[in-house]
Amino acid sequence: MSIIAAPLKDETALGLKEAREPSSRVMRFGADEPLHLDAGATLSPFEIAYETYGELNADKSNAIYVCHALTGDQHVASRHPVTGKPGWWSSIIGPGKPVDTNRFFVVCANVIGSCMGSTGPASIDPASGRPYALDLPVLTIPDMVRAQAMLIDRLGIDQLFAVIGGSMGGMQALQWAVAYPERVFSVLPVATGARHSSQNIAFHEVGRQAVMADPEWRGGRYIEAGTRPHKGLAVARMAAHVTYLSEAALHRKFGRNLQDRDRFGFGFEADFQIESYLRHQGTTFVDRFDANAYLYLTRAMDYFDIAAEHGGRLAEAFRGTQSRFCLVSFSSDWLFPTAESRAVVHALNAVAASVSFVEIATDKGHDAFLLDEPEFFAAMDGFIRSAAKARGLK
Amino acid sequence: MAADGNARVDLELIADLVAPGSRVLDVGCGDGALMALLQARRGVDARGMELSQQGVNECVARGLSVVQGDADRDLIHYPDAAFDYVILSQTIQATQSPRLVLSELLRIGRHAIVSFPNFGYWSVRLSLLAKGRMPVTRNLAYSWYDTPNIHFCTIQDFVDLTRELGASVESAVALNAQGGKMGMNLPWALWNLFGQQAVFVLRK
Repeated sequence: MSIIAAPLKDETALGLKEAREPSSRVMRFGADEPLHLDAGATLSPFEIAYETYGELNADKSNAIYVCHALTGDQHVASRHPVTGKPGWWSSIIGPGKPVDTNRFFVVCANVIGSCMGSTGPASIDPASGRPYALDLPVLTIPDMVRAQAMLIDRLGIDQLFAVIGGSMGGMQALQWAVAYPERVFSVLPVATGARHSSQNIAFHEVGRQAVMADPEWRGGRYIEAGTRPHKGLAVARMAAHVTYLSEAALHRKFGRNLQDRDRFGFGFEADFQIESYLRHQGTTFVDRFDANAYLYLTRAMDYFDIAAEHGGRLAEAFRGTQSRFCLVSFSSDWLFPTAESRAVVHALNAVAASVSFVEIATDKGHDAFLLDEPEFFAAMDGFIRSAAKARGLK
Repeated sequence: MAADGNARVDLELIADLVAPGSRVLDVGCGDGALMALLQARRGVDARGMELSQQGVNECVARGLSVVQGDADRDLIHYPDAAFDYVILSQTIQATQSPRLVLSELLRIGRHAIVSFPNFGYWSVRLSLLAKGRMPVTRNLAYSWYDTPNIHFCTIQDFVDLTRELGASVESAVALNAQGGKMGMNLPWALWNLFGQQAVFVLRK
């Protein structure tokens, strides 16, 4: 297990510097503006780290809010300060791209509970002067969206032209539509669902148990101890990463090919390419992500269930909506299979909402929403163009 | 819109039957040609349902509201009287359960517009009679073994079905081989013989 047992790197490589002093912009909410949480507690003061792209027009009608996925962040179309890689949706967002920054003002913030500058478990708890760790109240997707709405208020925007997001970001997009129907002109949830399935909760639990089983986790107080539960977090990431792919994609990429050898090593080193690949995914992830944040964000996804909040009837959540919806799923996604999107579409049909739905045929699994899928881009482009026309945007 | 000029004759006909500014669901909307025509010419609020991914993608890419779905399975998710018109254009013969689909159309729409190729058209009859083979014509352009059309009917059959469902025919047009309209004053039997395709406007 040599790769997982990577040596501890310095603080800057742990993403903790970005958690405390983010290189992006930060909106600060003081004691007079607490965030009320579903858990019954309040978070105050708190901070939201965010990035913007393009210009807000005079009547503030061209704003698009982009919601990131579980381990994503606000660097949607700009270089990541820790990894140095391009933004996670730089193929979609930029001048002349489906989300055209020549036309639209794009806002993307790090969700609360995460570790790229918004208040999360690595932030300092003003009550104790030490990192929150598990003293941070458990957060939900509606909590995250409530914080996002406060950010949008601060930016002086009444109505978003669009809310877009994939996976956990898609959950947030749906939550925006349900919680603030009059504030979202159009909604584009991708590779997502209105609730987290029991299978998905199961995988998240495997990941959390891996983190908490690491002796360096130390009941969540590892930052003060100067250690990190890297092994546990890497294992969590490895398990999760498998759920983002598909059998077809794994087979095409790796098959049973061996890594740098002609025959089995008859041991437990990474004989197969897929093993080596997963170990790499695990180790690079721990360099940029905080283990406690992983616990909080997976928990937020687990709790998500729009129908439950509306008497078990999903359609009730959308009753009266005037927003335009476009849902996108991917045929080989087994984390959020097409049926999950279809359930949302049926609920929207039941309240006669304006809804489009397309399933993109691909063998790339859940990850397809982050990859180069021309049909996905074309659908997104068409939907945004027609919504912009309906909104009277130039 | 460029598509306007060379739209299929039956699409033109349907567009003329839809009241301006109404809410329309086009079941089996294909690449969205009819929806685009309806939006451009009649200013309707058009929604579509289409089975093929290619069709759905084309619709979404051209900014039309379309849901990927199956008429046989997914109409059940639409509420009663949600639309002014529900249109089934050249699709009923490709459904598993035409009777069920038609009754769903009548439930969801205040009006249902159905167009279909007439299997009772004289040359179809003649072809079957003379050659003893399933006819392949311009309107029925598939061989029997690879056709998506599994429930062909004649105009007379369709009229019988509407009666069975208790629907009333508000208006109907048949098109002859030249694309000319045959009036409703002609007896069904003549339509059945000379109509190459038919368009019916129904209501429950």
